[in-house]
Amino acid sequence: MNDKIFDYCLRIGDSSLILSHRIGEYCSKAPILEEDLAITNVGLDLLGQAESFLNYAAELKGNTTADELTFKRKEKDFRCLHLVQTPNIDFAFILTRQFLIDCYHQTLFNQLINSQDERISGISKKAIKEINYHLKRSTEWILRLGLGTDHSNQRLQNAVNELWMYTDELFIDNETDIKMDKLNIGPLSSSLKNPWEQLVTSTLRSASIEVPEANLYSLQYGKNGFHTEYLGYILAEMQHLPLLYPDASW
Amino acid sequence: MSDEDQGILWEVFIQVKAGRPFKHVGSLHAYDKEMAMKAARDLYTRRNEGNGIWIVKAENIISSDINDGESFFDPSNDKIYRHPTFYKIPDGVKHI
Repeated sequence: MNDKIFDYCLRIGDSSLILSHRIGEYCSKAPILEEDLAITNVGLDLLGQAESFLNYAAELKGNTTADELTFKRKEKDFRCLHLVQTPNIDFAFILTRQFLIDCYHQTLFNQLINSQDERISGISKKAIKEINYHLKRSTEWILRLGLGTDHSNQRLQNAVNELWMYTDELFIDNETDIKMDKLNIGPLSSSLKNPWEQLVTSTLRSASIEVPEANLYSLQYGKNGFHTEYLGYILAEMQHLPLLYPDASW
Repeated sequence: MSDEDQGILWEVFIQVKAGRPFKHVGSLHAYDKEMAMKAARDLYTRRNEGNGIWIVKAENIISSDINDGESFFDPSNDKIYRHPTFYKIPDGVKHI
């Protein structure tokens, strides 16, 4: 049983970790200073959430730490979703990715706050406050870009079209989902699909963005340890220093 | 919109806790009210600085002219009778 909770914590923790790393890559590159601070603040929140889940994962596994899990794990042992691995193509991509994940996080964490696992419900009660803010922020930007100029609408539509293929993974159940559901620790991923779709489509429609058709695109998923070509590069950069100087400290 | 366009300039005021005055803490750029409020929260209240925010468009603030200082403020300096320093304040009175 602990194996599956471990796997579940990795999925949530790794997804927040990798997304926060992607946001970190963007630091100092946002179009305006205020946005730069705002988005890196979101990244910091996500890093905090990742740390909480990875700390718990490390305790469940025993003999390891969150740092070790982060910096010494191999790519195939990561459980992050494909969506968070996608590159920072432009501001519209970064925002769309954030919006899709914020909607997912809100639907997921609204369930996790009632988890039978006290540790997970505790972390989630703290995280949901941050997540509600993240979603408000990204929703406003979707409306601002969608209803802005023809050009901003087009760039946003393009990002939505390109990123949509990564959203089917969010709602695929694997063995871990089934076990978590059985133990009332977490919801079936498939049960999050309807509330997520309602949340996403109502905002996109208000922003004059066409919602792409839902399709099954991928046969391999990050939550099962099969990743996009991007993750290897992310880890190479993220793990470079601790691998080169294993005992380095400051 | 040019690359240099960072939006409207806004002035931000923070209230430390309910009942206390809002104090000016700085300014920011944003394109609309909602964005200004979020930016103010992210820039100025992330370390428990307060739990109330006021935001005003900088252009809506009427300010005194710095060059008028002499005629505006100096005349009060030598009129000590305008400062109520001659009164004895009862012990029970606070916040003066």
